[in-house]
Amino acid sequence: MAILTKALYTTVSLAVITVYSLLLIGTMARVRAKVQGRIGQPAYQPFIDIIKNNAKRTGISHGVMFFLGPVFRLAGGLGTYLFIPVIFGSVIFANFSFAGDLLLVMYFIFFGQLGMALGAGESAHPYSPIGVARGLAQMTAFELPFALSVIAVAAQYGTLSITEIVAAQQGGFTNWVAFTNPLAMIAGMLAFLGMSMGNPFSVVMAPQEIPIGPPTEMQSSFLGMLQTNRAIFNGAKMVLFMNLFWGGAAHQYLIVAILIMVAKTFLIYLYVTIVGASFPRFRTEQSIRFFLGVPTVIGIIAVVLQMV
Amino acid sequence: MADTTITRIYAEKGAPGAAAVANPDPRTIDPIDRVESGDVQTVEGQLRIFTQELRLANEGLAPEDRRNFCDHPPEVIKPFRGFWEKFLNWARSESLWILGFGTGCGAIELRPLMTSRFDMYRYGIQPRPTPRQSCVFVIGGYASVKTMKRIVPSYEQMQGPKFVLGLGSCTINGGMYWDSYNTVNRLDHYIPVDVYIAGCMPRPESLLAGFMELKRMIKAGECEGANKYAENFEWYKANQKRIIKDWNMPDYNW
Repeated sequence: MAILTKALYTTVSLAVITVYSLLLIGTMARVRAKVQGRIGQPAYQPFIDIIKNNAKRTGISHGVMFFLGPVFRLAGGLGTYLFIPVIFGSVIFANFSFAGDLLLVMYFIFFGQLGMALGAGESAHPYSPIGVARGLAQMTAFELPFALSVIAVAAQYGTLSITEIVAAQQGGFTNWVAFTNPLAMIAGMLAFLGMSMGNPFSVVMAPQEIPIGPPTEMQSSFLGMLQTNRAIFNGAKMVLFMNLFWGGAAHQYLIVAILIMVAKTFLIYLYVTIVGASFPRFRTEQSIRFFLGVPTVIGIIAVVLQMV
Repeated sequence: MADTTITRIYAEKGAPGAAAVANPDPRTIDPIDRVESGDVQTVEGQLRIFTQELRLANEGLAPEDRRNFCDHPPEVIKPFRGFWEKFLNWARSESLWILGFGTGCGAIELRPLMTSRFDMYRYGIQPRPTPRQSCVFVIGGYASVKTMKRIVPSYEQMQGPKFVLGLGSCTINGGMYWDSYNTVNRLDHYIPVDVYIAGCMPRPESLLAGFMELKRMIKAGECEGANKYAENFEWYKANQKRIIKDWNMPDYNW
């Protein structure tokens, strides 16, 4: 019975984050439009796009692996989200968090991309493996500063549980990791730029050079599933970074806590959007060189500082 | 049935063992090769394959390549009825993804639409780099025969429901190219067209007006171009093959 209640709560939490993330993606598209002097698409446009793609009357599959690609991607997004506690102290938004969830979440961030690589490979479109190769190369590079910053935070509080990391940051913003361990925060937030695949790290999708990269052959409900996953995965990553560096979301009233979560994740996404609107695209080797340079050095210093 | 096509190709290439395959045992030949050899070279044979066996001859492909391609003609998929289809049509009309394929000089008019002056994104219109993901094909002006050879597979690779905008007078009657030796005059002889935008060149405002008209038609359930193409597939295909002489692709590009 307890697990059924838990499943129900998680469904509610999943629905909230999906709707919120889709709205956030639409809002950020509007922000980018404002930077370019346009009005931009309606904030609810991602919903219509997903309905439209799922309402296509035909769909082409290239085989079992092609079919499973988006499924793995969605499993990766769901897996990432389901093990992250969204609201500190809330039963409904605790999801399936447990003592060592941070390691599992880091694994799940990788999992979807690898599954997608297999699916995109079977589509046999030449641009798909190019996008996959670029994506995996870039991911390997930003994983280094990300892992170093996570190690620094885990060492700081002596735990791999996200809930305990959030608990340790309560009691005022000066307790946030962003202020107690700023080097880990900087390395993590720089890695987050690559993780979000916006400019300047958008070479994976790069619609102008390799049509949309890995999902070139994905259409109809395959694409609808990928778009849904994009919302869930983005939401999960923002909530993870909010928990790790920005004190999580906690309040005695649930609605206020949700508003805090909305405000913090909005600002985290806004940071990615502003960087994306300000910088042109890196080539793959440039982005690898970037991630293995300053962010990695900052991450190493953050870890070393925890050791001494 | 004699396996003349394969025999001839082997003989022309002078491949070793050509004599050995001249009179092969019919049981050892791949079924695809056995049925299509010889028959696909004649119009009567192609029609028989299409009408009796309900599949495509793919006679433009080399016999050994035919097994790699699908030979199913497109099928008519009936829309839902009532409120549900109206809702889906509303979503389709509010999310128009254009195939980023500038087929002629008129494609230059699409660029201002994306930028801040006309900003098509606010109407839910955006470009998409691959035919698999797009639903609107804007034929930008004159369509030369060489471009038609690319327009046809691009249109067929789009997933239905799909819509076609004919931009400029050239798509209606050939425009200033009406007596040209290598451009088509009426676009809708080759692919179904939903909306024409007259002019040479039509301004971006006209293009936006065309999009608004397309939206109205989609909401009214009048844009069934993909089904029209499937229903009249033989006619469209015959027209396409009449102008594209070096047809070396599958009859239907999935």
